[in-house]
Amino acid sequence: MNMAAKRPNRVRPAAFVAPQDAPSHDAFLEIHNVSKRFGDFHALTDISLTVERGTFVCFLGPSGCGKTTLLRSIAGLERQSSGRIIQDGRDISNLPPSQRDFGIVFQSYSLFPNLTVNANVGYGLVNQGLPKAQIAARVQELLELVHLPSSGPKYPAALSGGEQQRVALARALAMQPGLLLLDEPLSALDAKVRVDLRHEMKQLQRRLGVTTIMVTHDQEEALALADVVVVMSKGNIEQVGTPMEVYANPQSAFVADFVGHMNLLRGTVQPDGTVRIGSRTLSLDSNQVEGLSGDVLVSFRPEDVMFRGLDAATDNQLQGYIESVDFLGAFSRARVRVDGFDGAVFEADLSANMLRDFGVDAGSTLPLALPRDRICIYPGNERTAGLVKTSGEGRA
Amino acid sequence: MSTQGLEATASPAFPSVDRGRLVSTLGVLVGVALLLVFVAAPLITIFLKSLQNDSGTFVGLDNFVRYFSSAGLIQSLYNSVQIALTVTVIACGLAFCYAYALTRTCMPFRGLFRAIAMIPILAPSLLSAIALIYLFGNQGMIRELLFGNSVYGPIGIVLGITFYVFPHVLMIMVTALSSADARLYEAAEAMGTSRWRVFWTITVPGARYGLISAGFVVFTLTITDFGVPKVIGGNFNVLATDIYKQVVGQQSFSMGAVVGLILLFPAILSFSVDRIVRKRQVAQMSARAVPYVPQPSKGRDRAFFVFCSLVSVFLIGILGTAVFASLVTYWPYNLSLTLAHYDFNAVDPNGWSSFTNSLEMAAWTALIGTCVIFLGAYFVEKADTLPFARGLLHMLAMIPMAVPGLVLGLAYVFFFSTPTNPLSGIYGTMAILVLSTVVHFYTVAHLSFVTALKQLDKEFEAVSASLKVPAYKTMLRVHVPICLPLILNVAIYLFLNAMTTVSAAVFLYAPDTKLASIAVLNMDDVGDQAPASAMAIMIVLTSVSVKLLQVVVTRSLLARSSAWRNRDTA
Repeated sequence: MNMAAKRPNRVRPAAFVAPQDAPSHDAFLEIHNVSKRFGDFHALTDISLTVERGTFVCFLGPSGCGKTTLLRSIAGLERQSSGRIIQDGRDISNLPPSQRDFGIVFQSYSLFPNLTVNANVGYGLVNQGLPKAQIAARVQELLELVHLPSSGPKYPAALSGGEQQRVALARALAMQPGLLLLDEPLSALDAKVRVDLRHEMKQLQRRLGVTTIMVTHDQEEALALADVVVVMSKGNIEQVGTPMEVYANPQSAFVADFVGHMNLLRGTVQPDGTVRIGSRTLSLDSNQVEGLSGDVLVSFRPEDVMFRGLDAATDNQLQGYIESVDFLGAFSRARVRVDGFDGAVFEADLSANMLRDFGVDAGSTLPLALPRDRICIYPGNERTAGLVKTSGEGRA
Repeated sequence: MSTQGLEATASPAFPSVDRGRLVSTLGVLVGVALLLVFVAAPLITIFLKSLQNDSGTFVGLDNFVRYFSSAGLIQSLYNSVQIALTVTVIACGLAFCYAYALTRTCMPFRGLFRAIAMIPILAPSLLSAIALIYLFGNQGMIRELLFGNSVYGPIGIVLGITFYVFPHVLMIMVTALSSADARLYEAAEAMGTSRWRVFWTITVPGARYGLISAGFVVFTLTITDFGVPKVIGGNFNVLATDIYKQVVGQQSFSMGAVVGLILLFPAILSFSVDRIVRKRQVAQMSARAVPYVPQPSKGRDRAFFVFCSLVSVFLIGILGTAVFASLVTYWPYNLSLTLAHYDFNAVDPNGWSSFTNSLEMAAWTALIGTCVIFLGAYFVEKADTLPFARGLLHMLAMIPMAVPGLVLGLAYVFFFSTPTNPLSGIYGTMAILVLSTVVHFYTVAHLSFVTALKQLDKEFEAVSASLKVPAYKTMLRVHVPICLPLILNVAIYLFLNAMTTVSAAVFLYAPDTKLASIAVLNMDDVGDQAPASAMAIMIVLTSVSVKLLQVVVTRSLLARSSAWRNRDTA
């Protein structure tokens, strides 16, 4: 498989477009050609990336993709094998962590258990020899910022997981760092707490305007929080873009598969620019298959499968046989089989009123269409997301 | 992008080193240097010495050839192995049943029985030998029980060492038997398996690693123990007494070195087996296992109660005999009680100073040892620099466990008595006794600290660096307070061992640094058995007091820190 060579040249990680609401082109953190090897294992391969001042960036990818290594290299907790890192105009590539400017929050909270919340938050301030009253005032201010104004005298063990992580956040912000690093900060929390804290973190980041990098494997979290999502796989950056771009316009089969739900069907590009799946032919715009031939992956999201408003002019109409329907609340997800697709099954979302109107159930057959502008074609024939561990093929 | 603009603000060519990192770098290097000098170098010296004759000329394997052609020495080797095997079988059998009673039955007074089993740890190994002589010796109180056999020799050695090793084996067995998964027993019961079959198919396999480990530990402790055979062995020679005779008696250092290396053999073997076994043991108990809770069973509980009582009578009896011996005016002719034997100044030229020397040595060992070993473990586990040196430090820290005290003492003699050694000044001082004792017990303390530090969040250092606090400050403010109960525990462990140890010190003491345990040995040697017992009892009393003090202090420590230690106080 040779994904890299065939990857559309729209991907330009080192110079991505800053989101609209961020200050224009004020690079705060520049990563130049950073690589990290652990023996024979390449944790990071020639990573280049620019982070604008004040943005919230998420490194998103499956475990082992190098996102945490990249974060730790930025913090100086891991030393890159080669490459440079420049923060706020200062080359920090070889500085120890204590001489860099960042606050950090870990998945495990890492609060000092034998110190009170006040002492934890004020830990760095005390060391700077500030007057006691000033430290107390600053700590109180920070605790109010994270909505824990009265927890100061408590010990971490007396707090819930969500509260402990808020304290860790306050501690990371205490020294007014230029860069806030979050290493899977929400992964250890219950689902409900996770969503609440996620929302608060976003608010807080907006309010303080601190440049923030968060590592996560949870695509929903990344899409909800980030101004810019950096999707990573096997030590490489797959795509950099706003959540909307990454979701709507994935630049590789990996991103398509990893972010959101995506149907990926094996097909072949025909000389006339159409794509065959089994014995069926899909018509596409010529620019969608430009430069591609042979085996490809045909991708479309379950919510993009059309059931209504089909008429004679609609492209790519098919008869779908509904194998099963999973009720998911606001909508239902059906497994659909199409005659001539060589047994390939894909998922399609049905809204609640669709189900009512059409009386769809397992075993029913109904017409559907795959709108050509919602289809993306990727070279190759292997799904890649989630296969990181087993696949020995190099992609770099 | 303009490269020039960047270079103007770039860091200097030599990246500045922060203080935290500087301290940990220095710490690791100093640690490695210390262990190289005080562990590796002396052991290398003993190895070299075994290849030289007594005047220092290289003779290759001549000494070994001479050793293996001397009938007397071969006999000692045979005797040693025979004794060690016998003790291994007896001690493991007794300890397994005792541990089974403590962990798997509802026998009453389990806490008390557990405490009684720890008695031997508080005393030097010599105490049991002296007590056995009072019980079974030529004028023993109950010598008839031996049916005319002499206690001086194999019988006495086996009994004495069994007493001495019992708590060590028991602790391993209790650990092995504690980690039982109740679900296995429930499954067996659900299938209607007989008790006997459950025992052989679940209990024994579950504890097999503990059994193997315990077996090797006893074997090594026995073959390297010096005190018991010295006191009660009579003409029955073993390796440990040979090494003493060769070095102290005949001044043949090279033969001493040969015997020392032979003693090193079983120790290294047992050490390696123990390492392998420990790894397996950890893997065996999954996080989901349900702890086994024994159900009452009248017959079984009674049987084990009787068994444990008998063992306890033996353990208490030995200690009691020693107490009695120290208080009786002149056994067996004058049975009136007296404290005269505690007037050591009247018996021994060193008198009470041996005891105060021991206190001093034990205090220094506890203080220096705890600090050094904690720092060493901290740097091994938490320093973020020099991965190779840290690995080396950890490896060096593991060596002392495989080195019997006698061998270590001998190695120290060879290494530090060389006039060309710049450190030869410490030879014959309190310092060398403290150093050798710290090294002798280094590994167990090191491993305890490493285990405890591993359990602390691995990101504390990263957090403190991001807050611009040097790592050593975080160590003092966070790691030390969290580990305080363990630090105390290690200090006490070092203190108790320093009070009771004979093996390394016997080669290293000078007249003015004679220790209490050595005084016991010497007084017994010249026939002053009652004062010897009295001195041994003084050691026991000290150990007990220190242990009680530890209980009190730990309790108050835990009470003060309960606010943050208990997770359930929310």
